[in-house]
Amino acid sequence: MSKKRTGVFVCHCGNNIAATVDVARVAQEMAGEESVVCAKDYVYMCSDPGQNAVIQAIKDNQLDSVVVSCCSPTLHEKTFRDNARAAGLNEFTCEIANIREQCAWVHKDRAKATEKAIKISRSAVRRVSGAKSLEPIGIGVTRRVLVIGGGIAGIQASLDLANAGLEVVLVEKQATLGGHMIQLSETFPTLDCSQCILSPKMVEVSRHPKIKLMTYSELQEVSGYVGNFKAKILKKPTYVDPEKCKICDDCSQVCPVVVPNQYDLNLTARRAIHIPYAQAIPASYTLDIKACLGLNPVVCGKCKDACEAQAINYDMQPETVVEDVGAIIVATGFDLYGQEKLGEFGQGKIEDVLDGLQFERLCSASGPTKGRILRPSDHTEPKDVVFIQCVGSRDPARHCAYCSKICCMYTAKHASLYKHHVPDGRAWVFYIDIRSGGKGYEEFVQRTMEEDEAIYLRGRVSTLYQQNGKIRVMGTDTLSGENVEIDADMVVLALAMQPSAGTAEAAKVLKIGRDKDGFLAEAHPKLKPVESVTVGVYLAGTAQGPKDIPETVSQASAAAAKAIILLSQDRLTHAPTVAQVRKSHCTGCEMCVDACPYEAIHLENGKAVVNDVLCEGCGTCSATCVRAAIEVKNATPMQMNQMIEAVLGF
Amino acid sequence: MSRQGDWNLNPMSETYEPKIVAFLCKWCSSAGSDLAGVSRIQYPANATPITVACSGSVSPQYVLSAFKKGADGVLVSGCHIGDCHYMEGNYHARRKLYLVKELLEFTGVEPERFRMSWVSAAEGAKFAQVVRDFVDDLRPLGSQDKMRNEPT
Repeated sequence: MSKKRTGVFVCHCGNNIAATVDVARVAQEMAGEESVVCAKDYVYMCSDPGQNAVIQAIKDNQLDSVVVSCCSPTLHEKTFRDNARAAGLNEFTCEIANIREQCAWVHKDRAKATEKAIKISRSAVRRVSGAKSLEPIGIGVTRRVLVIGGGIAGIQASLDLANAGLEVVLVEKQATLGGHMIQLSETFPTLDCSQCILSPKMVEVSRHPKIKLMTYSELQEVSGYVGNFKAKILKKPTYVDPEKCKICDDCSQVCPVVVPNQYDLNLTARRAIHIPYAQAIPASYTLDIKACLGLNPVVCGKCKDACEAQAINYDMQPETVVEDVGAIIVATGFDLYGQEKLGEFGQGKIEDVLDGLQFERLCSASGPTKGRILRPSDHTEPKDVVFIQCVGSRDPARHCAYCSKICCMYTAKHASLYKHHVPDGRAWVFYIDIRSGGKGYEEFVQRTMEEDEAIYLRGRVSTLYQQNGKIRVMGTDTLSGENVEIDADMVVLALAMQPSAGTAEAAKVLKIGRDKDGFLAEAHPKLKPVESVTVGVYLAGTAQGPKDIPETVSQASAAAAKAIILLSQDRLTHAPTVAQVRKSHCTGCEMCVDACPYEAIHLENGKAVVNDVLCEGCGTCSATCVRAAIEVKNATPMQMNQMIEAVLGF
Repeated sequence: MSRQGDWNLNPMSETYEPKIVAFLCKWCSSAGSDLAGVSRIQYPANATPITVACSGSVSPQYVLSAFKKGADGVLVSGCHIGDCHYMEGNYHARRKLYLVKELLEFTGVEPERFRMSWVSAAEGAKFAQVVRDFVDDLRPLGSQDKMRNEPT
């Protein structure tokens, strides 16, 4: 290796470094290094004159490498590497020696701090003396996006992406788009009908030429990397050809199997062959194979006989599709906390104790009662309805520690809707406190209390039980300090939101993190709220945390925008500090292959080969290799040893 | 194994300062030490940092090389187990470097001279404490001569 011509630039950082470190001495010591041809100190290296001085020195001294002794590389590594490039150097021959955060700011003894700053700077000098010029690795981009989840978040993200000209593959587990939002009756605080605002968007998705809609499908595997993912998707058979299906309902009329209807939260029943609801997208029936007597014309076959359009095909097979995409948006949504975990509230076994979504179905004009609020047990109109907030939420001892955020608002909406349906009934609401931050939210809650005369009781419910056809609710009102017992006709629990069952699977398949509560983890809680830790995978909606519809829509649009920014680049770049193999030393033992977390190494003709694009440069392979046959570029064992020597005063 | 004897061989002097090489992973521990700086948390200047991509990239050879070149202590600090930026690098580090401790003991070097810690980017105070504790624990051991190439 020919000797390097290195320049060292020591920054005073005003007094931040210079007060504790003798910067002139650091520069002087560095000048004594064999490879150093110029060493300077300056009051603010990152200022315009400071940067110009670096560029000028590179040109004047024909430098081929640079060390800047200054603050943490997280702050100005990019600044000085850009400078190096501007002066005609390769930016990977520029290194930062952190003598501020890791030295000047944490020590008071000037002599000791100066000694340490010299060691840090010298180790950087030794490192660049072994540094090679590297060029960023360019990778192509597939301008398509995979959206996982067909609720409002997935729908919004897909439409934004498609309208920006990108192709979208939208994968939904259920037989129809719509998610939980389509189950809602009205939405707070304006009380628009949920179907009326969501259905047009669903239709738009189904008709959009840029969107490939895959319902009744599940993501199985994802490989690849940002810009070039490969997603393996399982398309489950519906046994009905959506092109031929006329949604005439002849098939379900003759189907002999009756099972609970999940779309109505089991408040109604459906047949094995069914359509979740009349406006479902795609507009086609689905044969639920788990409920069906067995796809065998000898056993049943009634639906097939009844279908004049000949849309039913018992021979339909599961299909695996591989889609190439450049970015992925995860919008897998929420599930409600399980009632079975709530012993004090009947464990889900009391018929007239409902969860919030079931109550939505009762209020909905397309619901089981055609919009009349009736008790599921005897179909009478309930006159006393108790709404309980924070069920499962804000209870770190037994349930979820977090606040589910939307329950205060939807309980107010439920109480209000109930009073509109049953003006002579009484709505009781037990709450801990009311969290109504949002445009028009507080006013809505006040209206519910004042105009709709819902009775708000500040306190929790200890238990409830059935008695004489009623539900006795044992609560407390902490404002009056009295216990409250209500003989309710119906109880509605505002259950905690939790990440949907599919969220955990998606996180595993995509190798993205989840937080302590199981929601998808964002890359930074404030500055990267829609990015996951995996570059190219974005988050939207309630899979990331409890949120209401406006927030979900905003986050979905933000995630779409991030994907658009990513895919608007012709080529993406990947850091070139990747592993390289010294073929002469490699014996093909495969230890590096096993150690690599990215499956970036494989054997070819008995020697390890690194896929530059998959390699992240972590160096675990090089620390594993017993023959020093694999090393990360610009962080080689040779360089490391020289840095160790420098640190120990050699 | 007469560690007691080593102590006697190294009469504690007021001026003895253990030399520590600290391998810090870029994503957590180096960021944590930056936070200690930003928070102006003071700690002894004995540990000189070498920032690496991942604790998993610290080869046992680096540790031995540091001792051969006269380090009195070697610290390897990475992300908390389960939080590795490269998913599993710190598991590799933990498994591999545990053996270094055993090797040191075998060669007669006090295994306490080698330490691993898990310091996140949010743990500036913890980083400072790790260095303080290590320096305090190294002082009674005196300088490390067993593995050093030539006595200085």
